[in-house]
Amino acid sequence: MGTRATGSAGSSGSRVRAAIAAVGDWAAAGLKQVGDRVRFVGGVSQLFNETSKWCFRGMFLPGHKVGWRSLVAQTVRVGVLAIPIVVIVQVFIGVILALQLAPTLERYGQMERIADVVGIAIFRELGPLITAIVLSGFAGASIAAELGAMVESEEIKALRAHALNPIRFLVIPRFLATVLMLTGLTVIADIVGVLGGFGTGVLVLGVSPSAYLSATREALVMKDFLTGLFKAGVFGVLISMIACYEGLTVTGGAVGVGRATTATVVKSIVALIATDAVFTAVFYVWEL
Amino acid sequence: MTGIVSNAQVVISVVDLAKSFEDAEGNPVYVLDGVTFDVLRGETLVIMGGSGCGKSTLLNCLIGEYDINAGKIAYRTKGMDAAVNIAGMNERKLNGIRKRIGILFQSGALFNSLTVSENVALPLQEHSYVDRSIIDIVVTLKLQQVKMLGHRDKFPGQLSGGQKKRVGLARATALDPEILFYDEPSAGLDPVTSTAIDELMMDLSKKLQVTSVVVTHEMDSAFRIADRMIMLEHGRVLKLGRREEFEALRDAKPQELNTDTERLIHQFLTGANQGPLTDTDGMSEFEKLIVSG
Repeated sequence: MGTRATGSAGSSGSRVRAAIAAVGDWAAAGLKQVGDRVRFVGGVSQLFNETSKWCFRGMFLPGHKVGWRSLVAQTVRVGVLAIPIVVIVQVFIGVILALQLAPTLERYGQMERIADVVGIAIFRELGPLITAIVLSGFAGASIAAELGAMVESEEIKALRAHALNPIRFLVIPRFLATVLMLTGLTVIADIVGVLGGFGTGVLVLGVSPSAYLSATREALVMKDFLTGLFKAGVFGVLISMIACYEGLTVTGGAVGVGRATTATVVKSIVALIATDAVFTAVFYVWEL
Repeated sequence: MTGIVSNAQVVISVVDLAKSFEDAEGNPVYVLDGVTFDVLRGETLVIMGGSGCGKSTLLNCLIGEYDINAGKIAYRTKGMDAAVNIAGMNERKLNGIRKRIGILFQSGALFNSLTVSENVALPLQEHSYVDRSIIDIVVTLKLQQVKMLGHRDKFPGQLSGGQKKRVGLARATALDPEILFYDEPSAGLDPVTSTAIDELMMDLSKKLQVTSVVVTHEMDSAFRIADRMIMLEHGRVLKLGRREEFEALRDAKPQELNTDTERLIHQFLTGANQGPLTDTDGMSEFEKLIVSG
């Protein structure tokens, strides 16, 4: 009996110890995750700070010029090559919005109001957001992979060894190209998204073209367009900074490059949607 | 050190250098510990040692790529009144030193988006205030020196490993540096190309009168180019001496070796299977570490 009681107490003691150890491990893993997130946010912020400084120097100080050839190359890669996919995606978004809204609006006899909703939704939200999400996969992943490969092939080290700053030579062109082209692509996305809704409304739902266009003109005001463009610019900053940070901090060879590419897309999408939510809330409160 | 050298002869002075990295648990693991040596003006110093001994880390510390934990790395290049310690130096000041040195990386590390001539021209465009036409002439001369002029419009992706290293060398010498660092210059090359690169390095050292610091574990190459040699083991300097001293150790018969250090260096230089670097089972210390977990 005594032996059994001791054995039982011992085994329950070891179970408690195991439980405490498990909680400890879980807490340690949680803290490490939090630490990693803080390090990531801090690293991206520091990169943005350095990038802003180099942009300023490039604009105002002699001898710090931005490499225009590199900027043009990045602009083509980030923006021009993305035009077809942005157009296709945004036309579909316009079609989907129109078709999803049609039954409800038809019930209220307000079918031509499709133009209002499609226009506002695309100009304020879906134009910049969907374009940014497309670009995070199209350009963000490729920037991270390219910079990661450059880290692995010692190109970044070679730049520093030649007293050349990698932020100036590699980050600035990608940053400017992403911000400029995301803003430009958003304009295209806004137009083709509305055209997608227009085509669906006119060809499928029987709304007259003139009614659709006049409803769109009445519904949209300049601030819808400008708030969308402002968001696009900020989204461009987020995508380029996350992609450059992930690329420049690659370790572990080809596996590390793959990890950076995936992390760029995932973190960019989370950051984009979270930032969009904040903007929407702020614009709602300020009635913008 | 062999003999007494004056301060004026010393280009780089490394004193009690220590560098550690964190392991998975965040504990420091010292890769270099108490490393002390001088690099003399105009010499070719070869740093050698087995895999993981700290050679590449030492090179990265010397070029200011890694912050060091302790010690001093003092440069005394031409025009400097006093030696300048680069440990803890800010990026701007460090760049002043970097403009006086050239580095040939293991892979060549050419910028893939630029052509061969653009790669060589880049340091000149950024750090010299001369016309485009002068830069073109210098690039032509540098590419001629490494026998790569015919490839000036190619991109790095179109070059072989040996050709990339030649272009890397042309880029490293673009600003006429006083000190050239080489990271495994023969790695991954066939013996003929490796010999050609060695001869090119010796030729450039003579013509440009540069000081060369070469990290390598290719013994044939090391003995071909070295004036002095350093053998590293477990992050410490095992031996520093003239090439002839190492040749004597390499060619010595086992019974002529008196200390464990000599036996270890002899085994490393000859690549023998038996010796202090391996136990009676022929396992290296690294293999034993892996087996024992």
